[in-house]
Amino acid sequence: MPKPFDKLTAIAAPIMRGNIDTDVIIRIERLVGNSVRSTLGKWAFGALRYLPDGSENPDFILNREPYRQAEILVTGPNFGCGSSREGAVWALQEMGIRAVIGSGFGDIFFANCFQNGILPVVVDKAVVDSLAADIEATQGAGKVSIDLETQTIVAPSGQRHTFEIDPRRRDGLLQGLDEVALTLKRDDEIRAFQASDRAARPWIHFARTPA
Amino acid sequence: MEKTGRTMLAKIWDQHVIARLSEDTDLLHIDRHLLHDLGGSRGLLDLKSKGLTVHNPELTFATPDHAISTQHGRAGTSKIGQELLVALRAETAASGITMFDVDQPGQGIVHVIGPELGLSLPGTTIVCGDSHTCTHGGLGALAFGIGSSELTHVLATQALIQRRPKTLRARFEGRLPPGVVAKDMILALIGHIGAAGGTGYAVEYAGSAIRDLAVEGRLTICNLSIELGAKMGMIAPDEKTFEYLRGRPYAPQGALWERAVKAWRELPSDADAVFDREVVIDVATIIPQVTWGISPEHVIGVDGRIPDPMAVEDPARRAAIETALEYMGLQGGALIAGTPVDWVFIGSCTNSRMSDLRAAAEVARGRKVAAGVRAWVVPGSETIKREAVAEGLDKVFTDAGFEWREPGCSMCLAANGEVVAPGQRSVSTSNRNFVGRQGPRARTHLASPASAAASAIAGAIADVRMMGR
Repeated sequence: MPKPFDKLTAIAAPIMRGNIDTDVIIRIERLVGNSVRSTLGKWAFGALRYLPDGSENPDFILNREPYRQAEILVTGPNFGCGSSREGAVWALQEMGIRAVIGSGFGDIFFANCFQNGILPVVVDKAVVDSLAADIEATQGAGKVSIDLETQTIVAPSGQRHTFEIDPRRRDGLLQGLDEVALTLKRDDEIRAFQASDRAARPWIHFARTPA
Repeated sequence: MEKTGRTMLAKIWDQHVIARLSEDTDLLHIDRHLLHDLGGSRGLLDLKSKGLTVHNPELTFATPDHAISTQHGRAGTSKIGQELLVALRAETAASGITMFDVDQPGQGIVHVIGPELGLSLPGTTIVCGDSHTCTHGGLGALAFGIGSSELTHVLATQALIQRRPKTLRARFEGRLPPGVVAKDMILALIGHIGAAGGTGYAVEYAGSAIRDLAVEGRLTICNLSIELGAKMGMIAPDEKTFEYLRGRPYAPQGALWERAVKAWRELPSDADAVFDREVVIDVATIIPQVTWGISPEHVIGVDGRIPDPMAVEDPARRAAIETALEYMGLQGGALIAGTPVDWVFIGSCTNSRMSDLRAAAEVARGRKVAAGVRAWVVPGSETIKREAVAEGLDKVFTDAGFEWREPGCSMCLAANGEVVAPGQRSVSTSNRNFVGRQGPRARTHLASPASAAASAIAGAIADVRMMGR
């Protein structure tokens, strides 16, 4: 069950490069195995964060203070494009990220964020650019505030931006809803659908073999 | 108000709505759930830990592909890869889920075996914990990739909460020039509208050049939908689709077949259906495509020049090109053809089917892989492997100096120890040229199977049209 998200005031790091894909966010070999959770934070953004010899890349923003403390990422276009790996969200979460703000995200990454209590905020590119400039003007020291209830972002300069979000998803995040439990409450409807669909499209529904 | 026609997306979607949850969000029935070794046992264990059971094991199918070795005898499978394989066997058996195991017919890359077995059918909803699930849309299915949480949701409920996407129709019109194939068509579209051009949309591919494609080419087109940013891509089913599916193990038979085909004929978008966005591509202008950078949108014709950042005004675009060229070790403004390569990989859910292997073999026949190049051919499934061997394609490849491997995902994503070494350059028939995709600091150029084979022979990125066949 995801942790609820309502308000956050935190250091924000602009990572403005476009098309940062989920392979860059977390390499696949870090996700091979059934007990990878809680090992991923240090491998997030591996290709950008570490030099070939394994040492930290001093040029990468999340290796610099105060951005090391960031809980918000301000991202370039199409952040999280690529694979369906939820490990990308887990890796961000494990390095302390709770919200991402950008002009657009990979569709599956976007959905995966909500499943883990991470808020993805979509705003116009002009707003992203203005936020990034505001943050950089304070060398990262100025915090960004996000209020999900009022759908508002406040930049370090005090400038306010509003954002749109699917009301269903907003409420789910605010309450930390467990979608599986909610859907299971509709199991009668699921079974009724399957019964009538079996009559309409019998080729879909195979006989069950005992386990 | 005059009623407009319905899109194929709307028809399939509406048929699967169990409950309307909001104006644009529905609880959808999932007809087919495919599991693989990387996430399958994890999902089943997650379900167990929540005290839940699989809602419809008979609609769920599993196969190992991502983490297994494609070496003969699966000798190279890592300890952790082997653990995942053992766990997939144990957890699917405990839940009554059919698993197609290594060396058995039915095993293979999950997006190859779904269509091959007739599990993927027109008008079905299909999900899998893998973004290239959009591939199955080539048969007229609504198929998309999901994350781990959604995977658990589907196991527990056989349903999924989804927001209805916008619709984009990409029409490919005209006749393909010689040497140009499905892979080139879809790469050209990605180059045209960008890697985020389809974000938020379900894409329907249409037009005369799509109708002219065989089913395997349509699967290739839909496979790269996610590289457009669209998690769903689909093509209207037609007589070719029905002929492809007829007699496949899980396809309906006899009277049920006739009934299914009748229903499938109703699926294509109505002539007056309205799409949120339309794009038209004249395929006569497409030449064989090859990527030069670190996103599939970084693509040019093989006779073209690598973009020169100095010629680009927009600072963000210029910086993006410089970053890509630095990673790829390329010079802006240079011709891409002739760039020396170290590796060639023919395989993946994009291009590992019989038509792909035949196209590559046609180029390789009677020739030799250039000195210093390692070239692999990894068939998409056990069934394809056996069919290719029966046709003698394995011999064509090995005679030419290619390695002939066992079916699996292999070097497409490097989750199985099969990697391109740091700094080395690969021409690959897969779907992603991302930073590190084929191994840390590996440099990937995406291309069609024939282009990849031509590059293996030439030892450099090559224009297959110059190979004289």
